[in-house]
Amino acid sequence: MAAMRGDGVVGKGIIEVEGLTVRFGGVTSLDDMSVTFEAGTCGLIGPNGAGKTTFFNVLSGFVRPAAGTVRAFGEDLLSMVHFRRARWGVRRTFQTEQAIEELSVYDNVAMIHEHSRQRGASRRQDVLGAIAFTGLEADAFARVGTLAAGQRRLVEVARAVVGRPRVVLLDEPAAGLPDDETRHLAEVIRRIPEQAGALTILVDHDMSLVSACCDTTAVLDFGKLIASGPTAEVLRDDRVIRAYLGTAEVA
Amino acid sequence: MAGTAVADASTRQRSPRRGRPATPTVTRAVVIAALFLFVLLALPQLMTLYYVDTMTQVAVYAMVALGLGVLVGRVGLVSLGQVAVLAIGAWVAARLLFATSQPFPLVLLEAGLITMAAGTLLGLPALRLRGLYLALITLMFAGAIAIVLDTTNFPNGGHGFLGYNGSLVHIPPIRRPGIAASDPAYFRYSVVVAALLFLLAFVHIRTRPGRAWAAIRQSEPAAMAAGINTTFYKLWAFALASFITGVAGGVYAGAVHYLYSLDFPAQDSIILFAVVLMGGAYSLWGAIVAALLLEFLPALLQNWGVSADWLTILFGIGVVLTLTTAPAGMADQVPKDLARLGRLLRRLATSGGGAR
Repeated sequence: MAAMRGDGVVGKGIIEVEGLTVRFGGVTSLDDMSVTFEAGTCGLIGPNGAGKTTFFNVLSGFVRPAAGTVRAFGEDLLSMVHFRRARWGVRRTFQTEQAIEELSVYDNVAMIHEHSRQRGASRRQDVLGAIAFTGLEADAFARVGTLAAGQRRLVEVARAVVGRPRVVLLDEPAAGLPDDETRHLAEVIRRIPEQAGALTILVDHDMSLVSACCDTTAVLDFGKLIASGPTAEVLRDDRVIRAYLGTAEVA
Repeated sequence: MAGTAVADASTRQRSPRRGRPATPTVTRAVVIAALFLFVLLALPQLMTLYYVDTMTQVAVYAMVALGLGVLVGRVGLVSLGQVAVLAIGAWVAARLLFATSQPFPLVLLEAGLITMAAGTLLGLPALRLRGLYLALITLMFAGAIAIVLDTTNFPNGGHGFLGYNGSLVHIPPIRRPGIAASDPAYFRYSVVVAALLFLLAFVHIRTRPGRAWAAIRQSEPAAMAAGINTTFYKLWAFALASFITGVAGGVYAGAVHYLYSLDFPAQDSIILFAVVLMGGAYSLWGAIVAALLLEFLPALLQNWGVSADWLTILFGIGVVLTLTTAPAGMADQVPKDLARLGRLLRRLATSGGGAR
C-alpha cells in the first residue's frame, strides 16, 4: 500500500515509538510506551483514561513528552513545531468534531490543502476529490453549520485525507453516530490508506468498527502498552479482556 | 410558508457544484453598488451641512468598527484600545500633512502603515493572552496613549518631531486633498476610502487568512492541527485592523482640521466595543450599523435637543440585550425580525381574507 505513494518519501512508511513517557504533574499518562505502527490502518484501543488521546496529542505536538522518541517515516516528529507537522503530513480528527461551522464544506477542506505540501494549481480538483471520496451527500458550498452530525464527521475525514497526508489520526470518529452511518464511515476509513497513501491510526471504543477497519491493533491500559499485533488475536488476548471487563471471575 | 422555505433551501442545495450559487451573489453586488452610488452622489445633496459632517464621522468610525470587527468577529480577539490606535493614525497623518506636501492618499497610506506597525506591537500580548486579560492589556494601552497625547499634544504646524507649538496664535488647519476641500466633497472622499478598506477586509475574509481566522476562532488546537500558524495569523489580524484604523485616523484628521487629545478618551474604546457588538461583529454591515449608532444617533439627539448622555445608558442596555438575545448583532437580527414580521403580516392578511 505504501508503494502507491507517488512522492519521494524518505525512510519506511512506519511510525516507531520508543520509550514514550508523558506526565501531567503526578499522573503518568503514558508510561514508557514502545510500539511500531506499520502501513495500513492500525487500531489503538484501551479503557477510558488509558492515554490514547494523549498519544495523539504528542503526535500533534500539543503535549511535550517527558521522555522518548517518535520517528515517522524515518524523521524525528517531536522536533517539529505543531503547525509544521500538518504541513509535513500529520492529520487528525478530534473526539468532538471540529469542522469549521461558519465555512462551507469546500472551504473547510481547501483550508487544509492550502496549508499542505500540495501546489495550489490542483486545489479545486483535490478538494472536490477528497469530498467525493467520503461519499458526502451534501452541496460542497453548503455551510458546515447547516449539516447533520454524520455529515460533519465526513467533512472531517475529507479534511484528513486531502493533500497527501502521511499520517491520519482518527480520534473516535464514530462517536454518537447511528449504526448505518458508522458502517459507511468504516468503509471510508478502510479505504484511506489506498486513497491517501497514509498510515492511519484509529482510536475507538466500538470494537466492531476497529475489527472492521484495522489489520493490527495496539492496546493501552493506564498508559502502558499491554498488547499489540493482528486485531483478531489482540481482541482475544486475556490481558485485553481483563483491562476492559475487570478480572476474569467478574467477566 | 414553511414549505416554501424548505423548497428554497433544497434548490440552493442542488445548485451546480462547479461554482458558488450565482444569483444571490449578483443581486447582492447590485444592491451594494446602488447603495454606494446613492450615498456617494445623492446623500450629500439631501442633507444639511450639519448632517454631512456627521456622516463623514460615520464613515470614519465605520472603518474603525470594521477594524475591531475583524479582531472580535473573525479571530475572537477583544481589543479595548482601538480609539488609541485611531489617535495614532490621526497623529501620524497630521504630522505628515504639516511637514510634507505629499498627496493626501499617500499620507493616508503611510499613516496606515505606521499605525499598522504600532498596532501589531500591541498585538504581541495577544499571542499569550485571551479574553479578559487581553481586553485589560489593550485598555491599559489606550489609557497610556491618552496620557502621552495629553502631554505631547497633536501637531499644529510647529517644528520638531512633535510638531506642536503652544504659542502659535494662528493655528493652520490640517489640509484636505485639493479635490475634496468642501465638506460634501470630503464626505464623498471619505466614503470612497471607507469602501476601499471594506473591500480589503472582504477579500481577506473570503481567502486564505479568513479561513485561517475562522479556524482559530472556533478552536485553536484544531487550527494548529490543520497546519495553521496561529501566531502569524493573529498578528496578521492585528496588522490589518491597525492599518484600517490608521487610515481612518488620517481621514479623521482631514475632516476635523484641528486635533485635540480630548477627542480620543480611553473610555471611547469601550463604547466602541459595545456598539460593534450591538451592530454585529460577524458581518461587515455590522460595522456600518455600529458607526451609525456611535456618531449619527448622538447628532440626531443633539439636533432634537435631547442630551446625548442618555445614549450611554441605552448602549449599556443594548449590549446586554444583544448578548442575551441576538449575539450576532443588529446586522443579523434586524433582517431576520423583518422577515418574521413580513411572514406574520402575510399570514394575518391571508387568514383575514379567508374569514371573510
